[in-house]
Amino acid sequence: MRRSRPITLTIAALGGQGGGVVTDWLVLAARRAGYFVQATSVPGVAQRTGATIYYLEFFPRGDAPSGREPIMALMPNPGDVDVVVASEWMEAGRAINRGLVTKDRTTLIASTHRDYTIGEKIALGEGRASSRELFEIASAAAAKLIGFDMVRVAEAAEGRISAVILGSIAGAAVLPWGIEEYQHAIKESGVGVEASLAAFEAGREAAVAAALKPLTAAAWPDDRGIIDSSDYTLAQVSPSLRARIENRFHAALCDLPGMIAARLSDYQDEAYAALFLDRIERIAAHDAAQPDDPRLTRAAARALGLWMSFEDVMRVAQVKTRRGRAERIRREVKAQPADLVQVREFVKPRVEEICGTLPAALGRRLLASPRAQRTLARFTAGRRISTSTISGFALLRSIAALRHLRRGTLRFQIENQRIEAWLEQIAAIAPKNYDLAVELAECQTLVKGYGDTHERGWFSFSQITSLLPNLLSDPKGAAHLRALREAALADDNGTHLERAISSLRAHALDAA
Amino acid sequence: MAERSFAKEVQTLRLTEGAEFEGEGILAVTKALLQSGVGYVGGYQGAPISHLMDVLSDASVILSELGVRFESSASEATAAAMLAASVNYPIRGAVTWKSTVGTNVASDALSNLASAGVIGGALIVLGEDYGEGASIMQERTHAFAMKSQMWLLDPRPSLPSIVQAVEQGFELSEASNTPVMLMLRIRACHVVGQFRAKDNRRPPFTLQQAMNNPSRTFERIILPPSTYAQERAKIEQRWPAAVNFIKDRKLNEFLHDDESCDVGIVLQGGLYNTVLRALERLGLADVFGESKIPLYVLNVTYPLVPDEFTRFAQGKKAILIIEEGQPEFIEQAASLFLRQADIQTRIIGKGPLPMAGEYTGAVVIAGLRKFLSEFGRLPAADVPLLPAAMLARNVPTRPSGLCTGCPERPLFASMKLLAREMGPMQVSADIGCHSFSTLPPFDLGGTIMGYGLGAAGGASFNVPNPRRALSMMGDGGFWHNGLTSGIGNAVFNRHDGVTIIVDNGYSAATGGQYIPSSSAEIKGRRAKNRIETAVRGVGVEWVRTIRTYDMKQTMGVLREALLTKFTGPKIVIAEGECQLNRQRRIAPAIKKLIGDGERVVRERFGIDADVCTGDHSCIRLSGCPSLTVKTNPDPLRRDPVAYVDNSCVGCGVCGEVAHAAVLCPSFYRADVIVNPTAWDRVKARLRSAVIRLLT
Repeated sequence: MRRSRPITLTIAALGGQGGGVVTDWLVLAARRAGYFVQATSVPGVAQRTGATIYYLEFFPRGDAPSGREPIMALMPNPGDVDVVVASEWMEAGRAINRGLVTKDRTTLIASTHRDYTIGEKIALGEGRASSRELFEIASAAAAKLIGFDMVRVAEAAEGRISAVILGSIAGAAVLPWGIEEYQHAIKESGVGVEASLAAFEAGREAAVAAALKPLTAAAWPDDRGIIDSSDYTLAQVSPSLRARIENRFHAALCDLPGMIAARLSDYQDEAYAALFLDRIERIAAHDAAQPDDPRLTRAAARALGLWMSFEDVMRVAQVKTRRGRAERIRREVKAQPADLVQVREFVKPRVEEICGTLPAALGRRLLASPRAQRTLARFTAGRRISTSTISGFALLRSIAALRHLRRGTLRFQIENQRIEAWLEQIAAIAPKNYDLAVELAECQTLVKGYGDTHERGWFSFSQITSLLPNLLSDPKGAAHLRALREAALADDNGTHLERAISSLRAHALDAA
Repeated sequence: MAERSFAKEVQTLRLTEGAEFEGEGILAVTKALLQSGVGYVGGYQGAPISHLMDVLSDASVILSELGVRFESSASEATAAAMLAASVNYPIRGAVTWKSTVGTNVASDALSNLASAGVIGGALIVLGEDYGEGASIMQERTHAFAMKSQMWLLDPRPSLPSIVQAVEQGFELSEASNTPVMLMLRIRACHVVGQFRAKDNRRPPFTLQQAMNNPSRTFERIILPPSTYAQERAKIEQRWPAAVNFIKDRKLNEFLHDDESCDVGIVLQGGLYNTVLRALERLGLADVFGESKIPLYVLNVTYPLVPDEFTRFAQGKKAILIIEEGQPEFIEQAASLFLRQADIQTRIIGKGPLPMAGEYTGAVVIAGLRKFLSEFGRLPAADVPLLPAAMLARNVPTRPSGLCTGCPERPLFASMKLLAREMGPMQVSADIGCHSFSTLPPFDLGGTIMGYGLGAAGGASFNVPNPRRALSMMGDGGFWHNGLTSGIGNAVFNRHDGVTIIVDNGYSAATGGQYIPSSSAEIKGRRAKNRIETAVRGVGVEWVRTIRTYDMKQTMGVLREALLTKFTGPKIVIAEGECQLNRQRRIAPAIKKLIGDGERVVRERFGIDADVCTGDHSCIRLSGCPSLTVKTNPDPLRRDPVAYVDNSCVGCGVCGEVAHAAVLCPSFYRADVIVNPTAWDRVKARLRSAVIRLLT
């Protein structure tokens, strides 16, 4: 039967992904297949970021009265798009928000990979939008959803994502012509033909497979979540500690303290792991009432495990000289078997770090003396230590070995005092206001990073915990503490936190 | 080297009579210019007509074969002034730029040109940067046409119509001795389609002929009393001549105008496809443009033809005027025409249609439905065209940003670090890639006053004060006008501020076109003109040149500039080649070296996920596309860790930032040695053997 309307297709791509190349290929293929074709784009600026939109319409020459040409639109119209191709998962979301994906007609072909936006990346903690949530919306919005990770497919095929995108269109069989039209278009355009043909085929097969086996939410196992695999496991813990963990903790909970005990045995020694257990058992006592839902114990254990394995110079050196790291880096930088990889570390200790590594008394004295600081400052120049050379590796290795003296260092004593005080507060609050105690445990997340970042975090932590007395009496105390914590993570200059604190004070006054 | 090469496509410019031309809108415009026997062409790049400039440069051989003079002008003002050649000589000239910004820059020359009038056809091809994808403030070129009495073509956005508009534009210009503007919307510039080609024509009257037989007409010089006469001529001769030409040659179209229908639609030609699709979706037209509603298509939107309006409105209850942008010039004029002719037809326009914003398909459909249902051509019941789609919440916006490895990143990172040290700064920003300093993560710069006007935008901040104001300028803007408007001005007025000139070697944001200070050898042009020589030439005494990738030096020099006892303008030239162009240049070379088995070292940065604590301070100082995040592999941690993906070009900024900001020890640089020498391998084997013993 004769077509009375054009076939409409939109490509939502990112700058630099080659949406223009895909468009050119589609134009060639359509002409060869005997179609009128019109393509337009809003390519945006030359930069390699930002969203770009390409729009094509096709109409069979055979279905047009002689001498007549169809009038084709220059932009996708909501409710009038047959195919939307999104080369990135959130771009699919953008197309949906523009109303381009409609249940009655739109096939949505989308890459499930994420290319995080600057807004998501600069958050002080988790700032990523939820891919899984978008999946629910996308599958509800589209007539048909075909999704797979186009970047992964392109890398596997050692080609560009543009060719994979073209392949996905062919594989989805949404345009009325055969594979050879696409392949011919690639050959005709004549650049990197072989690689493009391979990536095209990979994309086509992936789309065919994806069409047969529709996406499920399971495609995002770790979407903004916590992954449960770990280098550290209960199995690694010494038999005595293991026995202790297994008979003191509810079976469902054993893995967490086990994982942490293993982590701390590696970080320091078995005694240190035992110290962790002493500490967490004290907290766990407050969960005796609810053995099947020990929220406080979970929160506190996680936080305590992190805090007790604080990143000092020795820890960094230990991690950077760990067996297997070189291989991991080779994989990460995609080195070929024949290639050699040399690694340089960027380290720049401040006077504080140097003093923190010294015996407490000495460190304190040096920090107190401006002259000593000036002298030490000479050693704080940025260093590039090559862990691929014997000298560089040996240096870091010996620094890592210093961890056996860690208990005597200034940094250790400071962190230890802070940990004790924090645990005291949790233990003291738990009986009076359980939820507040849980939130307080979570506050450890503020104290992270290095140098200024770490100091900023500790400052926020102190500011917030200084308010605990007021919060304790407040029925909404836990909620307030959470709000304060989120405010502290909203920016890196404390503006939000200050605002939150003053509004809390005002609220307290009203109450009084 | 421009971002995109049209070396292959420009061959289609050689197509002869009857051949089918297939290609992009801007390429079609170039072909149309050649078919019209144009004698000289100039312009200044800028989206959406950047590619037109690229096409013309890539076609320079073909152009010179035909005896056509092409140059990429120093600014839109230069390009506009070039049209002076058509004032006294029967030579057709065409210039192009981004509008309205470029038209603003050109308007002095344009006003004088329009007043003097032309005898050779003068065509100005404008990329109307309005609506989605626009990078500038939203204004209409229409107002320029009205104030200077130049004519404005707004053809249907299909290649045949655009090509015809170019040819008719020259004729209209000659028939009315007036420069003609041809505006193309963003998508029309990039539309890919086909048209029947004609033979190219050599200019019948050449520039050589003009130079050998100089001629002048005192009446065309912009001095009183001629200027008064010229104004009268505009009104008494040129305008009527234009109106008659438009009428006689039927430049505007009356479509499906049968008396039976008592409503009609007046539309700008550029909106034709959008309107037709809307009518088709409302069941009032078919895909071939057969409309049940009479259409009056204005391919010329200025001047308007009063009796065409009265003729179209005659006997209709109402007409809808679909006019994109504000204010509603056409609607106002139409109201006047009908009132004066005492025709009672209702005029509907802004109301059902919005006053501001792009006329997208959805907007036009909504407007048409309101109008047509009010006048009984559609069921009043307003059924939505699509089921209210469930919106994806918090889909993050994706603003443009600096490319991977961009040399401007370390500059802005240095400024941000300096602001932490010395407090926030007053920064006047400029147009170019560096405009992105105003976006996250840098958030530097409070105003953008126009291309090359960064320093001028900071001119007032020149009062005795312990803290100095900063201004920014790109090398493109510097040569465009910044040298005089900014630097010269600062010298003359003893400005005590600091101006950073970002020297990346190209007009990068518009697609990497060459500029006077580009370091390449360019056929037929003289580049390699040093910015430092130029600023010293206008009297600057304090000039420092920095390599932006060296953040220590960059911060040092900026600190010095802000604190020095020296009073007077302080110019910091921030050098670093545009990474896009650099990669375009070196990537193939490296590929070849590797292929030939040569030893090549590929640098790349990485992050130890188990050292990173997920605070992302590094990202807040960089914003590099290749510096991203991934889920934290540590089950105890919740915050995603920073992660360097494979697009990293090893520019070194991550390391510099880690050091300069005393960030964290997570970063490492991996030097991947491809085709290592025997000695490399021996060393490596020895080292790893010993290292294995140590672990």
